Amino acid sequence: MVDDGQHDLFLILARDLTSRLATPAFVVDAEGTLQYFNEAAEPVLGRTYAEAGQLRAGEWAAQWDPRDPEGRLVPLEDLPLGVALREGRPTHRPVRITGGDGLVRDLEVTALPLCPREDLVVGAIAFFWERAAVVG
Amino acid sequence: MRATIWGCRGSLASPGPETVRYGGQTSCLAVDLADGSLLILDAGTGIRPLGMSRADAIPRRIDLFLTHLHTDHIEGLRFFPPFWEPSVEFHIWGPPAPLRGLEQRLAPFFAPPFFPVHLRDVPSKPEFHEVRSEPWTIGSAVVRAELVKHPGPSVGYRIEDGGGTIAYLPDHEPALGADLESIERGWISGLGLARDADLLVHDGQYTVAEYAGRVGWGHSTMPDAITYARRAEAERLVLFHHDPLHTDDQLESMFAEARRTADGSAVEVELGHEGMVFDL
Repeated sequence: MVDDGQHDLFLILARDLTSRLATPAFVVDAEGTLQYFNEAAEPVLGRTYAEAGQLRAGEWAAQWDPRDPEGRLVPLEDLPLGVALREGRPTHRPVRITGGDGLVRDLEVTALPLCPREDLVVGAIAFFWERAAVVG
Repeated sequence: MRATIWGCRGSLASPGPETVRYGGQTSCLAVDLADGSLLILDAGTGIRPLGMSRADAIPRRIDLFLTHLHTDHIEGLRFFPPFWEPSVEFHIWGPPAPLRGLEQRLAPFFAPPFFPVHLRDVPSKPEFHEVRSEPWTIGSAVVRAELVKHPGPSVGYRIEDGGGTIAYLPDHEPALGADLESIERGWISGLGLARDADLLVHDGQYTVAEYAGRVGWGHSTMPDAITYARRAEAERLVLFHHDPLHTDDQLESMFAEARRTADGSAVEVELGHEGMVFDL
């Protein structure tokens, strides 16, 4: 029998790539389930991937409580990852989160869809960085 | 089903006295299904003698599965006699690509200045199919394809027929960016195709020393292929895609070294050679 736990090659390659990057990165599958975030993302998100593990879209959104810079809650579908998955296009916006360590951080988030074909999205990667770190 | 190796050399056809035991023809595996259907995996130069061997009984339908379009996997098609038979229903399956269809990508190989006949003028009028990840049925077999780690759009295949399973991943570098011993199985490229296969045909082109200078080229060492087969819990591994610069003696020396260094005790491992037949 084929192993149903087999990941799509694009997610395997995304994890391989982001695990080697110094830029924080967050990888989700086509359903928005968190599949991986890299070591560079850990201090920004306030927890390690080993602690977080796979989380469904609603679970990770609840975990980091994403808001706009004015503090208004941003629905999952309007987050950069939500737009990338839903519309199959790259997108960017500032997002305020509360890390697993309880600290509030203002981030810039760019999400890229993983599209083997124009009509197929198998996942997405979000790259992000702290705005304060850039400004200050 | 019965599988027969018609070519197991990688990259470049390499005939000559130093490759006579394992063969110099590039990738081609014929699979005769229980219901009599013929599936062909890749069209390296091995497909030419395969076609000649069937001259007296050309199948009405042929399904050719291309893992990718590197030359050593398509170069024999131009001299495969059934390809030129208008009575043959010819289906070509291959990996999807982001921008151009399979036929469009293959067509330049069948056009001047590389070849005098255009693909559109081939008498069998082949029908092209880009594989999807969902399994499908051909004859008595269930076939499944998945994208695997190899430069450019490349897939491996799994064929299940009559209770037997073949997994075919001739060009594959699963160890790229992954420790095959420790990584969770779901994160190993193509492992879903190879899981519990009766026969796994897998890339084993390099020695460990050679691989150090060829990381990212899309191929595996023999020890990595053995580790991969063990993680897949395959019953039998056939090492494939022999380097064109390796002589028979070198292959046997590499194989002995790989058997010493890799833990493959649970897997029956052999070097692939032309004419090798597997009844599954």
